[in-house]
Amino acid sequence: MCGIAGLIHKGKSANVGSEMTAMLQALKHRGPDSTGYAVYGEPKEGEFIMRLKVAEAEDRARGHSVHKLIADRIASVDEILAEHDVTVKSKDAATEYALRYVLSDIDDTGKLAERIEETDGVEILSFGNGLELIKDLGDATVVSNQYGLNEFKGTHGIGHTRMATESDVDIKSAHPYWAFPYNDVSVVHNGQITNYWIMRRQMERKGHRFMSNCDSELLAVYTAHNLANGVSLEDSLRQSIEEIDGVFTYLVATKDQLGMAKDTMAAKPLVLYESDDLIAMASEEVAIRAILPQEIDTTDPYDEEVRVWQA
Amino acid sequence: MAGVTDEELKQMTQEERVTALGMRTEQLTGKSLYVEFDPDAEERFTYPWAPDVDFNKRTELDTDKMTTTEVNSRIRELMREGYGTIVLQNPRGKHSLGVGILSKLNLIIEGSTGYFGVGLIDGPNVRITGRVGWSCAENMMAGTVVIEKNAGSTFGAAMRGGDLVCKGSVGSRTGIDQKGGTIIVGGDTGALSGFMMQRGRMVVCGNAGKNLGDSMYDGTIYVGGEIRSLGVDAVTAELTDLDKKWLKRKLTQYGLMPEKGVDHFTKVVAGKQLWNYDNLEPTEKKLIL
Repeated sequence: MCGIAGLIHKGKSANVGSEMTAMLQALKHRGPDSTGYAVYGEPKEGEFIMRLKVAEAEDRARGHSVHKLIADRIASVDEILAEHDVTVKSKDAATEYALRYVLSDIDDTGKLAERIEETDGVEILSFGNGLELIKDLGDATVVSNQYGLNEFKGTHGIGHTRMATESDVDIKSAHPYWAFPYNDVSVVHNGQITNYWIMRRQMERKGHRFMSNCDSELLAVYTAHNLANGVSLEDSLRQSIEEIDGVFTYLVATKDQLGMAKDTMAAKPLVLYESDDLIAMASEEVAIRAILPQEIDTTDPYDEEVRVWQA
Repeated sequence: MAGVTDEELKQMTQEERVTALGMRTEQLTGKSLYVEFDPDAEERFTYPWAPDVDFNKRTELDTDKMTTTEVNSRIRELMREGYGTIVLQNPRGKHSLGVGILSKLNLIIEGSTGYFGVGLIDGPNVRITGRVGWSCAENMMAGTVVIEKNAGSTFGAAMRGGDLVCKGSVGSRTGIDQKGGTIIVGGDTGALSGFMMQRGRMVVCGNAGKNLGDSMYDGTIYVGGEIRSLGVDAVTAELTDLDKKWLKRKLTQYGLMPEKGVDHFTKVVAGKQLWNYDNLEPTEKKLIL
């Protein structure tokens, strides 16, 4: 029973970080294990933001040597960036294991991402012009404070509070998922995918990589595959209702769009609020009320419903 | 209930009362005994522990900073103090508001509620000015609930009695496992509405989603708009004069009477062709299978 939320401001930037935190905190009871954000700031020409993690919960079992392990992995990433003549404009670490790089002078972001992930234990959480993907264990307030998200300004974002059911409580199984290697695409999902292994093998045969055993990752890979083949976001969402089995409601965000899809049974909830300048959606109305306390009209999207909004 | 007076009923044991009312002899409890057989008795029925409330005694409760448990406890306290009309303000989508109220009360919720709002109620009249989340009035036994805006999925699930009205549109699986009472939807309803319906009536003034009335055992569904598809064993039936009369009365009562009347409504009932309606013995079934 995970919680998902998303919002998009039309044609303007707003305090998306604190708004998403308020929404996700209201959904804490749907999933207290981990919280994740995919928020979209103002893109800067030629600049790429890369967020990555270099350690997981299981690495802590290594005792004091984990610090050296982390330092070695970061050094390896820096070395690869230097090899590819990438300019590192800034490098911050919100926690010892989670880093944010601002890069420029990149020829091929996909190839660079693949090369960086060759380092054992390094996972790129997101790559793009506007996307910043943050996920960690704990509720929304904990993660938001840890990563300084309260001041984040942007146009749109999606988020997730996770109740682990079919894979571990760790960062790699937390949502959102970046649609590797497609810049600026992220996915959050509530539900279970029952043909996960069949679809995963299909995707693997087409050359896509999976970093976890979480069924939701499939939606990110699936979307990335479709977008890379020229399918529009709306068509990809519609196609997924036919091709993916199970119960699901999921949200996809791109650089300037936000989309949703609901399965044929409409088994997983979503409440939707639409106005001229703001669209907000969440698993429960209580999350929307966290940012819009006034009386508003909301609806439940029906089965097989697909919607896409432009920022 | 001919031939049995209220006085006589009071003197009887539960089992004797059941027999006198002409019902099954198995032990049943609760108000449902009366609901099916005598609407007047239902009106007069009160649980022995029900507080004596005065509908003219009204109070307002700002729920903004309160938890659901605090709100529900406070409602019970106010009822014990004799308040018969309670207005909840600023509910802000809280879950489980007003659940388990088993006696007469006018409850007005000014705003929207979350999941499981006014579930398990037996008697109160509830008016909600906003929207309700999933499973509103689940297992409702008696009373009326009127919602001015939209409702989420599983609206009135396993409902047993009373009137549940949503003036807007509702989500999927409306009235799933409905066992009695009336559900009225002013707008549209989603997929699998009336799934495994056992008794009662459902009225949808707008359109119905796919698999309407799937595997329904009994009960009746009336749809004013289009039906995307009927579920397994759900069939359409002739709309009789009695149906029209009942529809007119109910829809007028809640201000949802369509301009063009009720003649265009489609009536959906159980076809009763599924295996569980055959007259085969279990051993014979085994031979067939």
